[in-house]
Amino acid sequence: MEVIFLLISLSLLLALGFLIAFIWAVKSGQFDDSYTPSVRMLTDDVPHTPKRMEK
Amino acid sequence: MISNKTKNQDLICFHCGEVCDNKDIHIGEKLFCCQGCRIVYELITDSGLDSYYDIEKKPGIRLFENPVAEKYAYLDDKLIIQKLLDFQDESTGTVTFTIPQIHCSACIWLLENLHKFHPGVRSAKVNFLKKEVFIVFSTDQLTLRHLVEVLASLGYGPEISLESLDQKKQQISSRKIWLKLGVAGFAFGNVMLLSFPEYLAGVGEIEPQFLQFFSYLNILLSLPVLFYSASDYFRSAFVGLKKKIINMDVPISMGMLVLLFRSYWEIISDSGTGYLDSFTGLVFFLLLGKLFQQKTYDSLNFERDYKSYFPISTTIIDDLKEKVIPISNIKIGDRIVLRNRELIPADASLNSTSAQIDYSFVTGESRLVTKYQGDLVYAGGRLSGAVAEFEIREEVSQSYLTKLWNHDTFKNQAASIISSISDKVSKYFTFVVLGVAITAGLYWLPRDAAIAWNAFTAVLIIACPCALALSIPFTLGNGLRLLGRGSFIVKNIETIENLAKINTVIFDKTGTLTSQQSEAVVFHNLSDSPLSKDEMLNIKTLARQSTHPLSYRIYQNVPGEIVDSVAQYAEEEGAGISGVIGGREYRLGSKNWLASGSDTLKNSDQRPELSSTYVAIDGTIRGQFEFINRFRPGLAETIKELQGRYAVSLLSGDSGHEIEQLKGFFGATGELRFEQSPAEKLDYIQAEQAHGKHILMIGDGLNDAGALKQSDVGIAISDDISAFSPACDVIMLGNQLRNLPKFLNFSSSCIKIVYLSFLMSFIYNIVGLFFAVQGLLSPLFAAVLMPISSISVVFFSTMATTMQARRKGIF
Repeated sequence: MEVIFLLISLSLLLALGFLIAFIWAVKSGQFDDSYTPSVRMLTDDVPHTPKRMEK
Repeated sequence: MISNKTKNQDLICFHCGEVCDNKDIHIGEKLFCCQGCRIVYELITDSGLDSYYDIEKKPGIRLFENPVAEKYAYLDDKLIIQKLLDFQDESTGTVTFTIPQIHCSACIWLLENLHKFHPGVRSAKVNFLKKEVFIVFSTDQLTLRHLVEVLASLGYGPEISLESLDQKKQQISSRKIWLKLGVAGFAFGNVMLLSFPEYLAGVGEIEPQFLQFFSYLNILLSLPVLFYSASDYFRSAFVGLKKKIINMDVPISMGMLVLLFRSYWEIISDSGTGYLDSFTGLVFFLLLGKLFQQKTYDSLNFERDYKSYFPISTTIIDDLKEKVIPISNIKIGDRIVLRNRELIPADASLNSTSAQIDYSFVTGESRLVTKYQGDLVYAGGRLSGAVAEFEIREEVSQSYLTKLWNHDTFKNQAASIISSISDKVSKYFTFVVLGVAITAGLYWLPRDAAIAWNAFTAVLIIACPCALALSIPFTLGNGLRLLGRGSFIVKNIETIENLAKINTVIFDKTGTLTSQQSEAVVFHNLSDSPLSKDEMLNIKTLARQSTHPLSYRIYQNVPGEIVDSVAQYAEEEGAGISGVIGGREYRLGSKNWLASGSDTLKNSDQRPELSSTYVAIDGTIRGQFEFINRFRPGLAETIKELQGRYAVSLLSGDSGHEIEQLKGFFGATGELRFEQSPAEKLDYIQAEQAHGKHILMIGDGLNDAGALKQSDVGIAISDDISAFSPACDVIMLGNQLRNLPKFLNFSSSCIKIVYLSFLMSFIYNIVGLFFAVQGLLSPLFAAVLMPISSISVVFFSTMATTMQARRKGIF
C-alpha cells in the first residue's frame, strides 16, 4: 500500500502541471476576451481576393 | 436610364443599408446612398476585401461628417502620441482604440485585415465586447495620425478623448481574478480528492498514516488559497473594520479564519481531519461569483465624465501661424480657430463678424444661436458653418460648464459610501452569529470544555454567509444583464437597489419627452398660389446643398427624388441659402433676409426667428417651414402608468409655450416647472431630497448632468446608444421610454428576489446551526451543506430573475 504515497504525489505533480499551464494561458492573454474568437472563427475561411483591376 | 418610379424602400445602400434617395450613385448594379459610402466601398474592394459584404448584409457605417483634413492634426503632437500609445520603440508602436461603431462579425473581419489598407499596419486584433481594437504598426511607415485617418476613412473613426489619455490600463485586474480562481479551483479539486476516502470509510478503516499524509497535503494545498486566492476578502474586511463598517466580507473572513484555524489545529493535534475541503470550495465559489459580476460589468462599461466629450486639442493662432495645442495648455487671451462642428473648449468671445453656435450639447435645444463680434460664447457650444476665430476669456477649468461639474455633487461621489442591502444585513448577521456562537460556547463550557470549543467554532463556520454573499452578485448581476438586453443599460448593481427605492420621477423635456428624430416639419403657404410639386422638389434640392441642421431636416422631410442640379449656389452665414434651379432663383432663410434680398442681420435688433424658415422663389415669399417638437409615442400612457406608483413632475429649461399640451400628459397632480437653469434643476432636486424623496431623474443634455448626478438614479436618454450621454447611472434608448414602468417594476422584483434568496440561505444556516450548537459538525456534513447552499441560492436567483424578466417582457 505504500505505493499510494508515490501515486498521490505523482497525481499532484500532474495537477500542478495543469495549473501551471492554466497560469501560462491566462498570462498570455487567452482569457482576456472570451467572445471575439468565437466570432472570428466564422470568418477564418473567407477568401481574400487578390487586388484586382476593373475590367 | 432606369425608370424613376421605383419606390424608395427598394433602394437600399449596398454599403450601409440606409434607404437611398435616388439611383445617381452606383457602381454597376450596386447602389449607394451617398458618395461617402461609395468611396468606402471602393476602398474596401480595391484592397481585395469584398468578402466584407458577404459576411453580413450591409455591414457598413455611413460617414456622417465630411472628413476634415485637419481634424486629427493634434495626433502629430508628441505628448499626445506618447499618452495614447501603449508601447513604442524605434520602429514599432502599439495602440488600443475604442471604436463604438464595431457592431458585427464583418467589422471584426475588416478591422483585423487592416494591413490590406496600409502596409504599415502589422496586426490588428478586435475585442468585440469592449469594442476595442489593438493595433501594432510600424512607426517609420505610418504615423498615428495617418493610422487614425485610415480608420476614419472606413467609417471606424476611434473615440479619442481627454479621458482615454488619462486612462490606466485595466487589463491586469481581469487576469488576476482568473488566476485566483484557477489556484482556488486547483486546490479545491485536490483537497476534495484527498478528503474523499474519509467521507466513505468509517473510523479506523483507513490506516492512520494515510489520513495523516492526506491531511498534511491538504494543509499544503490550502496555503496558496489562504494567501493568494482569498486575500481580497481579508483585505476588504480589514479596510471595512478600520472604517468601522461591518461589510459582508467581515463575517466571511471570520468564518474562513475560524475554519482554517480549527482545521489546522485538528490536523496538527491529530484529533481530526479538518474542513479544508469546505474552505477551498467556499473560496472557489465566491470567486466564481466575482468573475460573473466582472464579466457583466465588462460589457456594460460606460463610465465617463465630462472630459469624454471635450476635444483634446484646439488650433490657436500664434505669430500669425496656426498651431495645434492640447486643450489643457490654453491660456486666457489665446486666439483660437474653430471649424464647422468643432466644440468651443472654454468660454470665449467672438472675433469674427458672426457665427452660429449649436448649444444642443449644453441645453438640449437644437436651434442655432447667432452670435456677433464681441459676444460671449460658452464652452460646450458647437460651431456650425464657416471657420470662426475666438478669443479665450476663461481658462478651461473656470468655464461655466466646468464650474457646474465642479459642483459638490460631483466631488462627493467618491467619498460617499453606498449603504447597500448586503452591508446592512451583514451588520446584524455578524452580531447574531457571534451571539449564537458565544451562547453555545458558554452553555457547554461548564459541562465539557471540548464540546464548548467545538460548538463555538462550528457555529462560526457553518454560518459563514457565502450563500448570502453570492445571492447579490448573481441576482442583481443577472438583472443588470437582462435590463441591458432591453436597451436599459445600468451602471452597477447598487443602481438597481436605488431604482427599487425611488418614489419620485422627474422628466426633462427637450430630447427626453420629445425626440429630435421625430421632429415634424410643417409647411405653411403664405402666398395665393400654392407650391407645385416640382417647386417643392427644387426646394429639397436646394436644402440638400447645406449642412445646416434645419436645411437637413427640410431635405429629409420633403418627399420625392432630387432631379435637377443647382447653379450659382450661395450660402449666407446666419441668413440663408440661395441657388438657381431650372432657371428660377430659390431662397431659403430668415424672413428679413428674404424680404430685403440682402443681409440685414448685422443689426442685432432683428435677430432671426429660428423656429421657422421662409421660402422665396424669384424674390417673392411663398411660404414658411415650421419645426415642431413631437412628443415620443406612448408618452401619455407611460406617465399615467408611472403616476400609479410615483409622483411624476417635469423640469424643463424651455419657456412654457407647450404647457397646455404637457398638462394633458401630466394631469392635475404633476408639477411642471419651466425655464429652469442647470443650477436650479440641481437645487430643486436637492430640496426634494431633503424632504425624504428618492428621485429618479430622466434627461439627456449636459445641462441635466448636475441634476442627473444629484438624483438617486439619473437616467440619460439617448437616441443613439453609442452617441453622447452625460454622467448618469443608466443609459436608456429613446424608443424604450414607454417601457420605463416595466424596468422600474423589474428592479423592484430583483430586490424581492434578493430577499428571498437571503431567506433561503438563512434557512440553510438555521439547519446548520441546529447541529453546530450541539458541537456536532462532521467534515462531511459541512462539505455537503456549504456547496449545496451556495449552488442552490445561485440557481434560484438566476432562474427567478430570468423568469421575472420574461414575464414582465423586459426583452
